[in-house]
Amino acid sequence: MQPVNILGDKMEIAYYPGCTLKTNAKEFEETAIKVFEKLGVRLKEINKWYCCGTVYSLATDNLMYRLAAIRNLIRAKEEGYDKLVTLCSICYNTLKQTNLMAKEDEDAMYKINSFMDEEPDYDGSVEVLHPLQILNEMMDEVKAKVKKPLDKKYAAYYGCLLLRPKEVAIDEYENPSVMERLIEALGGSAVDFPLKNECCGSYNVACNKEAVIDANYRIITNARKNGAEAIVTSCPLCHFNLKEIQKEVKKAYPDFVGLPVYYFTEIMAMAFGVKK
Amino acid sequence: MKMVRIYIMGKEYRVPEGLTIMKAMEYAGYRYIRGSGCRAGFCGACATVYRKEGEYKLHADLACQTTVEDGMYLVQLPFTPANKAIYDLEKIRVDDKTLVNFYPEIARCVSCNTCTKACPQELDVMDYIQASLRGDVAKAAELSFDCIQCGLCAMRCPAEIAHYHVAQLARRLYGKYIAPRAKHLEKRVKEIEEGKFDKDMKKMMKMSIEELRKLYNARDIEPEEEV
Repeated sequence: MQPVNILGDKMEIAYYPGCTLKTNAKEFEETAIKVFEKLGVRLKEINKWYCCGTVYSLATDNLMYRLAAIRNLIRAKEEGYDKLVTLCSICYNTLKQTNLMAKEDEDAMYKINSFMDEEPDYDGSVEVLHPLQILNEMMDEVKAKVKKPLDKKYAAYYGCLLLRPKEVAIDEYENPSVMERLIEALGGSAVDFPLKNECCGSYNVACNKEAVIDANYRIITNARKNGAEAIVTSCPLCHFNLKEIQKEVKKAYPDFVGLPVYYFTEIMAMAFGVKK
Repeated sequence: MKMVRIYIMGKEYRVPEGLTIMKAMEYAGYRYIRGSGCRAGFCGACATVYRKEGEYKLHADLACQTTVEDGMYLVQLPFTPANKAIYDLEKIRVDDKTLVNFYPEIARCVSCNTCTKACPQELDVMDYIQASLRGDVAKAAELSFDCIQCGLCAMRCPAEIAHYHVAQLARRLYGKYIAPRAKHLEKRVKEIEEGKFDKDMKKMMKMSIEELRKLYNARDIEPEEEV
């Protein structure tokens, strides 16, 4: 097998699950571990980890909310890894932005390292990756593992957190294409979809549901108009906002017609013939 | 006898070296009405916080288990105000949301680890709160097993979590719904309920203390089973 540059010389990478992957998005974790195993890449869950803090913690002057992210990176480093992969877009964004801060903001890190006096100082040396960045280099291997080629038209939905701020983008931040290439490699066809990096409404689902209902209506209707028969995403919150509230969208917009929503690892598992 | 200086609620006392904080306070004239129990590190009643002269760190420990040091500033915390969720263990079910539903403030944890540093039992307190947050009840029960409910974690937490109550719920759920049932225990409870031991009990209740003592000393001690 060709070495995967982004993984260095190892085919094992530290894996940070995040809380949602253990609760609401179990199918995301299960399929991800299985399809990567098929590709010869082991996602090894780190022994100790903590809630990433989720994106609301990224206020630049509130260092307390960065502690969890830094601690997770320290745990990966302590287990001998210099790369850490995480599936959830929110965890990815939080850990990645925090690691950038660790590399660039000496003053902030002085305060954080001083506060966490029970931990070794952290220097930003664990690279945070999203699995799509690994798959980006493995499209030929993906093609080779397909047993049941997908036969539907899919809209790749990235949302915000894989692309912004651009310093942490996993792909071209205005016009990403990695998920479309993945869909094609699995035998499906990827539709052109201008709302692929629109916001799903995020945590508004908890306190301002109308905003999420509107976003859902616009995104799914746009995908459908462009010929999509299903939506593919990487974020448990986008997944929830696009999938779970479709009934409520239908109530607010009687002309609404829903679409099935999948994690990218679920369509991989289908195409690979991997049972859930 | 070598004496050391300690400060109880700011007032200086000289007490003999080598005493525990609890004994030293009694030596200084304080009397424990609450905030003292087993005096052996098991009951969790004698939470104490102290700083040492010239040190920035605030320490937390049990007064019955910690020896006084020269220049120690200390105070007892006989009680921790912490709300306890009300539940009927027979009726609630265990799933990955049970703990966060009863104690939603665990979602406020920022992983500062102050709880872990405060724990006199040296438990991974933050880790069991994090396990609770992601619904891993078994892990929370395991990591908190040695908790003595002194309350120091809850007093130090900037997120105002009542860790030890969360942990107790985790252990109760674990015991009731997750841990395998002990077959031999169920069998024995059934035997008791069916009156297998009633006759012997009645007989013993009529015995004198002397007879009981003899019987007790001559009892069979079952060998410990190998696991």
